Amino acid sequence: MKGLLASVWNVIRMPLGFLVTLKHMFKKPVTLDYPRKREPMAPRFKGLHYLERYDDGTERCVCCGLCAAACPADAIYMEPAENEKGERYSEVYEINLLRCIFCGFCEEACPEEAIFLGQEYEFAGDTRESFILTKDKMLVQHPRKDSPFKKILRRVRKAYGIAESQ
Amino acid sequence: MLEVIIISSIKVLTVVIVVLTCCAYSTLLERKLVAYMQHRLGPIYAGPWGLLQPIADAIKLMFKEDLVPDRVERTLYTLAPILSFVPSLLVFAVVPFSSDFTLFGYDVTGVISDLNIGVLWVFMITGFGVYGVVLAGWSSGSKWSLLGGIRSSAQMISYELSYGLSIVGVILLANTLSMTEIVGQQDSIFSWYIFRQPLGFILFFTCAVAETNRAPFDMAEAESELVGGYHTEYSSMRFASFFVGEYANMLAASAVAATLFLGGWQGPLLPPIVWMMLKVFFGMFIFIWLRGTLPRFRYDQLMNFGWKVLFPLALLNTMVTGLIVMLTNGTN
Repeated sequence: MKGLLASVWNVIRMPLGFLVTLKHMFKKPVTLDYPRKREPMAPRFKGLHYLERYDDGTERCVCCGLCAAACPADAIYMEPAENEKGERYSEVYEINLLRCIFCGFCEEACPEEAIFLGQEYEFAGDTRESFILTKDKMLVQHPRKDSPFKKILRRVRKAYGIAESQ
Repeated sequence: MLEVIIISSIKVLTVVIVVLTCCAYSTLLERKLVAYMQHRLGPIYAGPWGLLQPIADAIKLMFKEDLVPDRVERTLYTLAPILSFVPSLLVFAVVPFSSDFTLFGYDVTGVISDLNIGVLWVFMITGFGVYGVVLAGWSSGSKWSLLGGIRSSAQMISYELSYGLSIVGVILLANTLSMTEIVGQQDSIFSWYIFRQPLGFILFFTCAVAETNRAPFDMAEAESELVGGYHTEYSSMRFASFFVGEYANMLAASAVAATLFLGGWQGPLLPPIVWMMLKVFFGMFIFIWLRGTLPRFRYDQLMNFGWKVLFPLALLNTMVTGLIVMLTNGTN
């Protein structure tokens, strides 16, 4: 008898369950039309690395090797050289993305604010070679638009009272 | 005579094509609706809103290798998909889809064949559907398929009784077995049989879900436990036949429900064929809604529900309706 009453009660409540699915049918889907629409990444997302330049176009990186020293995965390789003005720069700067763990220590270690982890996260490849990130892939375009990242950087600098280093 | 044959042939061809197209697009509808119920988007890549997905699926299935495992019973293995596919289409032979109309000067009836035992035909044909499933399960020579087939036969036999009994109320009230006449009697919205037979409608639809092997009664397929059940060993167009058969069965069940309980093509303002389609769509929506809401029954729950709940209720419904018809002398 008790079981019967319970079943009857369950049958009476059943429309509630149907209302739940009906209600959820009109909610916004959590998935999205991926390659055509993308979720905005968090401002401090650690994606693919890039090398900054000064506003006049010269490279910020002086090949000090601190990033390579800080790198826990030993993914950074660099060779220094000097330009005509006698300034040090990195002739070869490679990051092995298969080793990199995207911890961002290089970014933190860099005294020149040269290397950053960007927003890019789609860098699948077919060969091992394609995962060696070389300098020509990493350096930002010289005359370029103010990237959203730079805006954020400026805001962070302002918040912490750090002067724009030149 | 020739004229009748030509008109009938055109009608049959139209109905078959429309039903098959609807089957294809029911798959899309189902995937979309269930996806939205689960906060997903469903198919989006093939065409706008995924509208070309059924066509892409059809092409994929046609070009897939038709794999036949070693240990199958060839004859039955070949026969099974046909047996599950054809009966579902045959149901539409007696479903009135429109009122009589005139086309290019010819008078056309809105039904392929106005059988005077239309309702019996429907239930005879749907009863056939189980053979496809059982034979597929048996002839595949695989334990999953066999289990699926056995479950399906037990389930279909159990629910066939309530299925048949659930419409006895309507037949008693209508005093006819012809689908066309039953529709003709429901000419105003208040004379729809769903209002005079609400319990009958619920029983009919529940049993229809069980008969078509749909969730929550999809014991025969049960992807999570039986790896697809009776169609595990099928591929290519043979598999597609089962798939289309299932959806055609759902469409047929919706169409029969619409005809018997929801007034068929009867309705104000819109043309009859649109009303019929709306009602069939409503049925399909409930089928999909059920799938999106309820989890699968356990085997013993399924049997208990069929024999201890649906069957007594169907008997009760029949009895009460019979009593009322007798007391009012069949003139209600």
